Amino acid sequence: MKTASAPALRQDILVARGVTKTYRTGAVEIQALRGIDLEFHPRELVVLLGPSGSGKSTLLNLLGGLDRASRGQILFGEADLATLDDRALTRYRRETIGFVFQSYNLLPSLTARENVALVTEDAPQALAPEAALELVGLFDRKDHFPAELSGGEQQRVAVARAIARRPPVLLCDEPTGALDSKTGVVVLEAIDRINRDFGTFAILVTHNVAIAEMADRVVAIADGAITSVRSNTHRCPASTLSW
Amino acid sequence: MSGIDALVVGRSPHALDRKLCRDLWRRRGQGIAVAVVVACGVATAVMSFSVLRSLDETRLDYYRHDRFADVFANVVQAPTSVADVIALSPGVARIETRIVKDVTLDLDDLDAPAVGRFISLPVSGAPTLNAFTLRRGQLPSSWDEVVASESFAMAHGFAPGDHLVAVMNDARRRLTIVGIALSPEYVYALGPGQIVPDDRRFGIFWMSRNALAAAFDLSGSINDISVALEPSASEAAVIERLDQSLRPYGSPGAYGRAHQYSDAFLRGELDQLVAIGRLVPPIFLGVAAFLLHVVLWRIIDVEREQIGLLKALGFSDGALGRHYLKFALVISGLGIVVGLAVGVLLGQGLTAIYAQFFHFPVLRYRPDVVSMAAAALIALAVSVTGVIDAIYRVVKLPVAVAMAPAAPTIYRAVPGERLLIFRRLGWPARMIFRHLARRPLRAASTLIGVALAVALPVATLFSFEALDYMVDVFYARAQRQDVTVLFSRTQPYAMLDEIRHWPGVHAVEGVRVMPVRLTAGSDSRLVTLTGIPSDATLVRLLDADLTPLAVPAQGLALSTKLADLLHVGLGDPVTVRLAGRDVALPVARLTEQYIGLGAYLELSALNQLLDEGAVISGVEVQIGHEQRALFFRALKDAPVVASVVLKASTVNAFRQTMARTLTLIVSFFVLFAALTAVGLVYSTAQITLSERGRELAMMRALGFSGRQVGAVLFGELALLVLAALPLGCLLGHALGWVIVRGLDSDLFRVPLVIGARTYAAALAIVVLASLASSWPVARQLARVDIVAALKTRE
Repeated sequence: MKTASAPALRQDILVARGVTKTYRTGAVEIQALRGIDLEFHPRELVVLLGPSGSGKSTLLNLLGGLDRASRGQILFGEADLATLDDRALTRYRRETIGFVFQSYNLLPSLTARENVALVTEDAPQALAPEAALELVGLFDRKDHFPAELSGGEQQRVAVARAIARRPPVLLCDEPTGALDSKTGVVVLEAIDRINRDFGTFAILVTHNVAIAEMADRVVAIADGAITSVRSNTHRCPASTLSW
Repeated sequence: MSGIDALVVGRSPHALDRKLCRDLWRRRGQGIAVAVVVACGVATAVMSFSVLRSLDETRLDYYRHDRFADVFANVVQAPTSVADVIALSPGVARIETRIVKDVTLDLDDLDAPAVGRFISLPVSGAPTLNAFTLRRGQLPSSWDEVVASESFAMAHGFAPGDHLVAVMNDARRRLTIVGIALSPEYVYALGPGQIVPDDRRFGIFWMSRNALAAAFDLSGSINDISVALEPSASEAAVIERLDQSLRPYGSPGAYGRAHQYSDAFLRGELDQLVAIGRLVPPIFLGVAAFLLHVVLWRIIDVEREQIGLLKALGFSDGALGRHYLKFALVISGLGIVVGLAVGVLLGQGLTAIYAQFFHFPVLRYRPDVVSMAAAALIALAVSVTGVIDAIYRVVKLPVAVAMAPAAPTIYRAVPGERLLIFRRLGWPARMIFRHLARRPLRAASTLIGVALAVALPVATLFSFEALDYMVDVFYARAQRQDVTVLFSRTQPYAMLDEIRHWPGVHAVEGVRVMPVRLTAGSDSRLVTLTGIPSDATLVRLLDADLTPLAVPAQGLALSTKLADLLHVGLGDPVTVRLAGRDVALPVARLTEQYIGLGAYLELSALNQLLDEGAVISGVEVQIGHEQRALFFRALKDAPVVASVVLKASTVNAFRQTMARTLTLIVSFFVLFAALTAVGLVYSTAQITLSERGRELAMMRALGFSGRQVGAVLFGELALLVLAALPLGCLLGHALGWVIVRGLDSDLFRVPLVIGARTYAAALAIVVLASLASSWPVARQLARVDIVAALKTRE
């Protein structure tokens, strides 16, 4: 099992130590993660690469506080997520994490602007919803409901919502999975820009090898374990990607 | 193996049934909620109509068996030969003439005198009409023997062989009870001045005609006539001829069964059962149909792809339609079975209560198969109607469309969103309004359902408040005496001075009470006319605002109910048949009176009309508590007293009777309303959670607390429930009006008095029921698996 190595002088933003996740369905036990050890550094963009069912989304959910590990530790600064109660975990998600999901997961009864405002209302340092939408090129569509937007537009609203609060961590689960290549690139450009311009640490889960080229580091996962970790000497701009 | 796996293997109808069983089990909470509402509807219908049938059949059988008369008349005194004349009139099949007299009874177990109604038995043989059923003992064979009514005997523990003292025409008579009997005339036995039966203070006694005639100097005379009609005879025509024949003998007029107290009251109860049976079950069944509709519609939304898959596997449209129809039928079937059982139990309970007031030889509850079958069929039909469009949707769903992902949920801005007030609302409120606006019909139906759940307790609970109000107005403000004493014959005013000196008497006023017929145009009514002195303070006339009115020097004061029945207003003339004479008098006052039909005339004006000098036929007395016993002793010994009415006993009996009869019905309606609210709120919350589970999970993922997410889900329900509360109060008021109209009788006019107490109780019931039914859904929401919910397809 390989461990990602961290530069000596940088403090890690998130650390996974011996993380195991086991699901039990009746008598059947499925081991989704088998002792993951991984450190993540501020400002970097990490791509978690792996085939469907490899455990990459499970790891992302654990890092985002959506689920709890069966064994092992996930550390955010000094805090071990396993020791947080439901209320603290909710606060962690709200203040620390920006999520982007494959299926957009916008609230259908709120407009684009309102979907973004959902997370900015109680955060003084947050971007104005309009500014966040401007960042993803959707200012003009701010008063549209999700059903009135294309898939790519909905995903960009999701990105705007994820970063509007200026969270230290952006977690993207197959953000281009439901989009065609051209639209997918537009979404990746938005994530890329946020990582570069705001210095937001980002993890991007994908099975699409081409996307790995935009990362600082690429962590490959298969069968719930890390199979390789490589650092890209040169990060390709998202606009140059195609698949 | 999942439901679908099992289906793929078998493709048999049994596989679909297995799916049905598992679906029902999985959705048992919602299924039970709907079934309970169906059960409430069916139970109410079965209870009402089966008790109605039991009571009506028992009544008619009893009337037939004991030859209950069709037309009745009272006279002051008439020769027995009058019967021969009447018997020959067209339309008269049979006639029975009797002597009927009220006397006071001196009973050891009562401080005040009770009243006995003595009815003569034919000199030989059984009565032609109004026979009685001898329950124990035998018929009188000597002058001092009587047969007593069963309810009175039971109330005092009398058995054949026991004795009692009656004051008959100035003489104290020791009588022996030799038999116990029941009479069709007194199924509901009301004594003079009573508004509900008080079996301890009023009894009926049958005595030999010769004995009674001798006691009251009525040898060769009668004062009561009963007639049975030929099958094709017109009651009105016979009454008219009877009136002509009896007018010379001081008859105020003959009347049919509709105005015979006992039968009129029985019919009033039957009418109320019909009203309940027609009015209430449709409310429950309507709510149940709506719930079935939304539950099934949601299931079809969720199982859209399964439906497509099953069609692709070769299941026919019809088989799938039947599958979902069965889902609805099993739920309503369960409700029907429970409703039938509860309806029968309620019917037994209600019949047992009726048996306490209605004295039939046998009053047995018989479950009515016809009404049970009709209730079941109607409930099934209503359920099918509720789900028919959902089933149609299953049948018509093309395979390709079903298997493709559903179109995204489309929301639009609610009209008026640009208004400042809406812009100021937070996002949870905006989400709630837009979700409601997306399915306005569903929201409106839920709102109306909850409003009906409020309306039902309002419209039933108010009866307690209304009864308090009736008692307060009539017995505290209008009738301020403690005791009403009626004499066996008129007395001079000097009698007032005598009674004033009895122990414990604080105030006494004379009255002249007599039965009269009031006629205005084609409307006519037999009522008691009360002559009261112009300076009366113990009996007061009240106007609509309950302010005391002066007794008019000339003209009649009529209760508003009586004026309505006669279709007269202030100044209109009314013909009064007084002791066989017709006198036209104007309506000079209208008085508010909720109990009985009131007709009043100034005492000296009445005496003048009767040309009988300064006399009274009774007194109203106010007594002091400390010397009650002495006063009652004097009353028991007084020779001229025919009947005594104790206000406190009348009020107590009224309250107890109403509490016993109303409590069961009102409790069940309140329970049913609470169950309806639970069913509605629980089902709506479940469906909303199912529809918006992913959205709510997303909010949890974004870092919103369970409480904030719950606010969106329950905020919507709370808004609907809150909006339904005032609407429910209004509907309750309207429903109360309908019920009050149904209760309206010559005996009572129930005022529609709905106070804060009733509204508060109804609102509390529905709010608590809503909170209780939200609880399990809130727990479900708290336990939601965010990751799993986010993976779920819409």
